[in-house]
Amino acid sequence: MPSIAKPIAKHPTLQKNALGLTIRDYEGSMSTLCAGCGHDSVTAGIIRTLWELSTPPHMIAKLSGIGCSSKTPTYFVGGAHGFNSAHGRMPAIASGAIAANRDLTYIGISGDGDSLSIGLGQLCHAIRRNLKMVYVIENNGVYGLTKGQFSASSDVGSKSKRGEANLMAPIDPVSMALSIGATFVARSFSGDKEQLVPILKAAFSHNGFALIDVISPCVTFNDHKGSTKSYLYTRQHAMRATQTDFVPQQREILASIGRNGATAVTMHDGSVIQFKQVPKDYDPTNRASVTRFLDEHRATNQIVTGLLYVDPNSIDLHEMKKTSETPLRDLPYEELCPGASVLDKLQEEYR
Amino acid sequence: MHDVLRTRVNDFAVKLANVNGTGSASANSLIMQAIFRMGIPVTGKNLFPSNIQGLPTWYEIRVNKDGYGARALDYDLIVAMNGQTYAQDVKEVRPGGYLLYDSSWPLDPDLIREDITIWGIPLAQMCNEHFDDPRARILMKNIAYAGAMVAALDIDMDVIETMLDEKFAGKKALRESNLIALKLGYDYAKEHFECPLPFRLEKMDANGDKILIDGNTAAALGCLYAGVTVAAWYPITPATSVMDAFVSLCADYRVDKETGNRNYLILQAEDELAAIGMVLGATWNGARSFTSTAGPGISLMNELIGFGYYAELPAVIIDVQRVGPSTGMPTRTQQSDLLLCAYASHGDTRHILLFPANPNECFHFAVKAFDLADQFQTPVIMMSDLDIGMNDWVVPRLTWDNSYRPQRGRVLTKEDLDNGPKFYRYHDEDENFVTPRTLPGVSTKGSYFTRGSGHNKFGGYTETPDDYQQVMDRLKQKHAAAAKFIPEPEIVRREGAKFGVITMGGCNPACQEALDILDHQGTPADYMRLKGFPFSEVVEQFLAEHECCFVVEQSRDAQLRSLLTLETAVPKEKLKSVLAYSGFPLSAQRVVKGILEQL
Repeated sequence: MPSIAKPIAKHPTLQKNALGLTIRDYEGSMSTLCAGCGHDSVTAGIIRTLWELSTPPHMIAKLSGIGCSSKTPTYFVGGAHGFNSAHGRMPAIASGAIAANRDLTYIGISGDGDSLSIGLGQLCHAIRRNLKMVYVIENNGVYGLTKGQFSASSDVGSKSKRGEANLMAPIDPVSMALSIGATFVARSFSGDKEQLVPILKAAFSHNGFALIDVISPCVTFNDHKGSTKSYLYTRQHAMRATQTDFVPQQREILASIGRNGATAVTMHDGSVIQFKQVPKDYDPTNRASVTRFLDEHRATNQIVTGLLYVDPNSIDLHEMKKTSETPLRDLPYEELCPGASVLDKLQEEYR
Repeated sequence: MHDVLRTRVNDFAVKLANVNGTGSASANSLIMQAIFRMGIPVTGKNLFPSNIQGLPTWYEIRVNKDGYGARALDYDLIVAMNGQTYAQDVKEVRPGGYLLYDSSWPLDPDLIREDITIWGIPLAQMCNEHFDDPRARILMKNIAYAGAMVAALDIDMDVIETMLDEKFAGKKALRESNLIALKLGYDYAKEHFECPLPFRLEKMDANGDKILIDGNTAAALGCLYAGVTVAAWYPITPATSVMDAFVSLCADYRVDKETGNRNYLILQAEDELAAIGMVLGATWNGARSFTSTAGPGISLMNELIGFGYYAELPAVIIDVQRVGPSTGMPTRTQQSDLLLCAYASHGDTRHILLFPANPNECFHFAVKAFDLADQFQTPVIMMSDLDIGMNDWVVPRLTWDNSYRPQRGRVLTKEDLDNGPKFYRYHDEDENFVTPRTLPGVSTKGSYFTRGSGHNKFGGYTETPDDYQQVMDRLKQKHAAAAKFIPEPEIVRREGAKFGVITMGGCNPACQEALDILDHQGTPADYMRLKGFPFSEVVEQFLAEHECCFVVEQSRDAQLRSLLTLETAVPKEKLKSVLAYSGFPLSAQRVVKGILEQL
């Protein structure tokens, strides 16, 4: 992906986070996506989130597959290592990377082609493994880089730029993820940063795989009349099920004031997510009722957004596997090699 | 007089025909191990079906006092325990040889041969009389024929009893029933036939402190000792036992005694596409990581092997080869993944390969593979095969040098980054054309984008012709530079050699034996066993020194010969082929015949 250097001009009054870094320190190189691309709004949301969370840039690992969305890790946190893998294979790379070093903050960026077609299997298994990572699907219902083919998330009846209607059922990553035991599922809209940033914050504090499906219209190939992933269609049909408010642990008491009627969910790391404007019967921790709620709204063509499901008792891969607290890659060789005398002794079994 | 009837000590071959899933494997390995413990050189080859229960399976044991360990095709004794294959099994006994069968049911008179001795032992009948449990009746039948073999071949009963003691330590009842069954067969044979047979065993001291081990277990041990912390795999025959062994070794040696925490993480992937991805993710993050697979897995891994090559990430892949193409014959052996592995993935790619020839080398080459992968920042494929991987071989005891430390190659630390010049990923190559890399989580100064897309030496995306080509040219030089780090070929020269014989991997025992036979017949030849790719100067020299070389290998398309003609200066016509690719381990006879036909 081409990376165009950004002019560096830091305003002296720019606010600093707990690490003394400004938001500029969380930017990457200039985006080369089409002007108005929804993905750039997502990138901006990620930059803001990581800056606000004061995550040290070198402790962030950015991973992606192939496609327009997968280009975007170049555009945020230039000081972090990035892994732009092969098409649909990012979940496997993430699995190995997370296995080797449990101390980094992992964010994976993918798209509907990358995650719902070529990489659907890998996505499912990453969900099952409950890797501790934030996984963003920038979902535009179209193949952008190859110029406008339908993707697996194209809705029935949605029309391509040429006017051809899709007749195949879409794969909805949200309900798919819920059905295979995902522990954190959210959906947002790239044009709604107010909603996206708190969701991202909640996702980063989740102890497991946090899937965020972001409807991100393609301005070039899927923003026309007849498309169900256009800006206009999404704005008209999106329904906020929940408004998420992320409250870091250290400010819990203050922030909880005046939130009567909200549903508070305590995350694994102790931080609290407040669900606001939640319908009366909406319980974000009850998988069955969440699924029912989503199904009902889908029947009326409403795109439900918000933090839709969370399992506050989620156990990630390392806990399942009882891996050492020290990242595996940092274990000294002396602790790993049983040595000559053990080798000699164990060979008695082969006598 | 038939050769068989001449008294022969410690020099014969036995074939056991069984139904798979009936527990015969433990009886067969009991016999094999007992012979090994008697200090006699022995080889066991398991010829098994891709099935769990009910299909024919054979186990061959060759005893040879001179240490020849290749598959022998002249069976002095066949133990025929499978009615489905009686016809074939009876046919395969060499003239003058012996057939042992279960006479609980009559043998078809048409199958009876006049030139062999047939022993009928009512094994099922005896076991039914002595055991009540239906399961025990089936299992003990195997131990009963083992008992008959103890009598027939003069296997040391003390050795067998000690083995049963070890095997059933704490399970007294099981030990007793095994002993009863063993005695049933033993006593019947002693009582009804002339024991021992003209070919028999006699204690030797040829095994010293050698071990009896399969290549997959040895490879797993190598991974343990190399310091692997992350492994990823998808189950596949014949590679599954690599990871099975690694799992149990980790459980034994990698669990913190105080906390119970594990110093390893093994991921069973959803497929091989993912398995290799996991390995690359782990090595990118600085762990030593490997996957084990077979040909079909290599086919799937091609995509990301190319990624690893181009993005320059270490990876170790253990390919336990089986018969292809496609699903092929999963439980049969071949060396036909060679070219696929040498150039795996689209675009211009070339990889470092290692060719272990036995379990001992599986251990040492596995460790070597990690050093090479780290040092050259590239995938390394260790090409084992089903014969090496799944059969038990008598090999020198594995040794370990405690001063070994992993060679991690050029990895920059935080201090290097803080004090050194600005870091660019594919810049500042050393004499081996390797450039320094950085790990995530160390410093923002080391950050870069790992990518499979076109990149320049600074690690940036490029579509500029010269910048792309510069990196590609260095990669080729880097691969060539690895030649001097590959284990040198094993070369055996003979006075008056008329030609050379070249091979790799599991063909070694058959070739070595064939060369002795040829030498004995007045046709001495030089020998070169390749241990890896890229090929070194030594290989070039051997090729240059000989007017004609026979390349012995297990693939239809003479893949090793192709690789030699592609990657060395040897003229194509200098190299002749001896090919055996039908799926069973190679025999010396096949090699001798293949060479003599073309001389």
